[in-house]
Amino acid sequence: MAEIRASFFIECEELLEALQDGLQTMLDGTHDGETVNTVFRAVHSIKGGAGAFGLDDLVSFAHSFETALDALRAGTLALGDAALKTFFQGADVLSDLVREARDGTAHDPAGSGPVLAALDMLIGAAAVDGRADDAMDFQPAMIALDLDLGDDATAAEHLYRIRFRPAAMLYASGNEPLHLLRALRELGPVRTRCIEDDLPPLDALDPEQACLAWDIELAAAAGEADIREVFEFVDGLCDLEIHEDESMPAATPPPDLTALTPPAAPEQTTGAGPAMSATPTTPRATVRVDLDRIDRLVNLVGEIVINQAMLSQSVEAAGLPPNSPVRSGLEEFLQLTRDIQDSVMMIRAQPVKSLFQRMSRIVREASAAIGKEVRLHTEGEATEIDKTVIERLADPLTHMIRNAVDHGLEQAEARSAAGKPREGDIFLSAFHRSGRVVIELRDDGAGIDRDKVFRKAVERGLIEAEARLSDGEIDNLLFLPGFSTADAISALSGRGVGMDVVRTAIQALGGRISIASERGQGTTFTISLPLTLAVLDGMVITVAGETLVVPLSAIHETLAVTQAELRAFGPATQLIALRERFVPLLDLGAELGYRTPLDDYAGSAVLVIGREDGSTAALAVDTIEDQRQVVIKGLQDSYGRVPGIAAATILGDGQIALILDPLDLISTATGRTRPAAALVPAMTGTAL
Amino acid sequence: MTDAIPTAAPDRTGAEIELLSFVVGGQDYCVDIMSVREIRGGARATPLPHAPPYMRGVINLRGTVLPIMDLAARLDLGHEAETGRNVIIVVAIGGRTMGLVVDAVSDILSVAGQALQTPPDLPADNARSFVSALTIVEERMIRVLDLTALLPPAGEAAA
Repeated sequence: MAEIRASFFIECEELLEALQDGLQTMLDGTHDGETVNTVFRAVHSIKGGAGAFGLDDLVSFAHSFETALDALRAGTLALGDAALKTFFQGADVLSDLVREARDGTAHDPAGSGPVLAALDMLIGAAAVDGRADDAMDFQPAMIALDLDLGDDATAAEHLYRIRFRPAAMLYASGNEPLHLLRALRELGPVRTRCIEDDLPPLDALDPEQACLAWDIELAAAAGEADIREVFEFVDGLCDLEIHEDESMPAATPPPDLTALTPPAAPEQTTGAGPAMSATPTTPRATVRVDLDRIDRLVNLVGEIVINQAMLSQSVEAAGLPPNSPVRSGLEEFLQLTRDIQDSVMMIRAQPVKSLFQRMSRIVREASAAIGKEVRLHTEGEATEIDKTVIERLADPLTHMIRNAVDHGLEQAEARSAAGKPREGDIFLSAFHRSGRVVIELRDDGAGIDRDKVFRKAVERGLIEAEARLSDGEIDNLLFLPGFSTADAISALSGRGVGMDVVRTAIQALGGRISIASERGQGTTFTISLPLTLAVLDGMVITVAGETLVVPLSAIHETLAVTQAELRAFGPATQLIALRERFVPLLDLGAELGYRTPLDDYAGSAVLVIGREDGSTAALAVDTIEDQRQVVIKGLQDSYGRVPGIAAATILGDGQIALILDPLDLISTATGRTRPAAALVPAMTGTAL
Repeated sequence: MTDAIPTAAPDRTGAEIELLSFVVGGQDYCVDIMSVREIRGGARATPLPHAPPYMRGVINLRGTVLPIMDLAARLDLGHEAETGRNVIIVVAIGGRTMGLVVDAVSDILSVAGQALQTPPDLPADNARSFVSALTIVEERMIRVLDLTALLPPAGEAAA
């Protein structure tokens, strides 16, 4: 039972998504009758399933919602802005109720009450006589519901009783009843019974005569016309009766054999013909798999990648000629491994659509709370990212959307004054760019008020009053902890939990966030994320005899530092002159405690790491070995957090290499690069 | 480090328990065999930055990252020389798995619960009291190691 229940809630997620989709289509004005049907079916299916599990709150709300949608479908309710708004709110409440039912939390009627009242008003407005022709207009259609929960699932289907008696000519003309019966089966589940009453005793049997008939019960959403079509080619070669059974489960006796004249088909079935052409497109076949199993597979593939690297290394060591079969075989193996890895990662990937739908709700709620008219435009919903990334992106994105509604967009009056439409636009888009997923959030608001940001930052002691900052640097002040520009603390934002939390969350996912803003035109936040959390593009480096991996995304550039570029800064620290800018030099080996600072860094390889606030730092290492994909192995579970280290990986030689967390390392770095001045207090190597 | 009271005192009733005995820093120790996952040869560990000195680093144990503790250093018996002939005992402590570097594994002992004695409380060694019980096998004093006390305290691991 628990399993069925769990699958019901998974089903609900899909239905709610379909519901949102449908409503969005209505909002865009590109809907047709089928859209309304889809929306109705989604609510109806949720109600049906909820009924089977005794989820009364859910059932009663879904019922009101369904009734209102039914009125819309019947045409007794016009689809206006108000109605649509209520439907959207209804969808929100419905998803809340589903969640509450799933988690077993108590239902708070405060949220659903007003929406319920609004729905009831719509139903009331749909007029009393609405119900009457409603029954006539009801176009029963197949519900795409895999759950066999109750009668609801089949309620929209017709049960046909078909009597099929082939004449001798049918066989003589080369037709085969079996094919016809199979064709019927494609319309829906069938129960077939062979009638052999007319079968004569064996000695009287005329092999050329047709003696068998079939009684078929077909439960199908198809109309009678579709059934007749199956028998099109044997028309006149058989006796065919088709009855639609109104009282589905009750077994009515099959009509008398002699009554060959088919009774007039009920008008309803003929009417159902055109509606049938709009049956929902068959969903792509999918399998539900436990996430644990996929993770195990991902891990195993990780092992293969590591093993394959080991194998390559030993083949290399064996000194086989380049064209030997072993080498070419290994080459193919490498290709296959990569393909397998990609495919497995694809399994974990999910479209961002569900995330975007949640955001559209945030926009609705946020804009309603502060009385701004806001419209969310989404793009690239089919873009896929790792499931975990999607889940962990929800909170930061919610925060950003609220910010955009609250701070980004101006009040309607200010917008009109600036010659913009009163309704603010927020664009949320996702796309792939060079092996990463980019999510962009753009508003057409006033843009960042840099003077105000600067003043606030000085006020809060985040920067010096006489500091001279570029526009980009000022924009990046928003990401500093404890920064908030909201003049008043509103219900939505301005509590000081700001963009720094967003940035930390994004960074934890291996992503980066940047900001661009133009005065009067709006603000754009760009989040760039890795496709997956299981592998990482890294640069393999060595320092003090240890091999480490530095995430490629963090490295701005690499260079070999010369004596001329090195400048002593304090007694214990040095800077590198890099294109007219001074970048603090950090000795990776010393910062990790692997060695004491070197006497001379000239000739060392240096990785320039960019921080999100725009400042940079240079990490001195011994050599840069390679650039490759590595499989991420967590350290957290087995040991605990290590400062400056993000995770570990296994190299081709079987050794473990640590994966650096450059930003964490830089923020805690001492910056000591000169051994002589050990007694001088450490300078921080950061700009701020 | 003030918490020197053994937390996992072995069952001292009649039932026999099996112990894996080993030598570390020239002394005889043992652990409950049920907590031992495997015994393997030494391997070069990747050092962890900012780790306490007794944490030798991490090694690759068939694809998982296994932290390695230098038991001699942890017990204040001097650093174990990295000879490559050391033995790593892989033990499960709580939810974690950890490798302990020892000189050599000696034997599997069956000891009756009554044969386990409470160790004396000696203030000079108070801070390093990782021994939960003592027993005598063939004239040798064997110390039963309290594995949970070995784990670096949460604060230390995160430092």
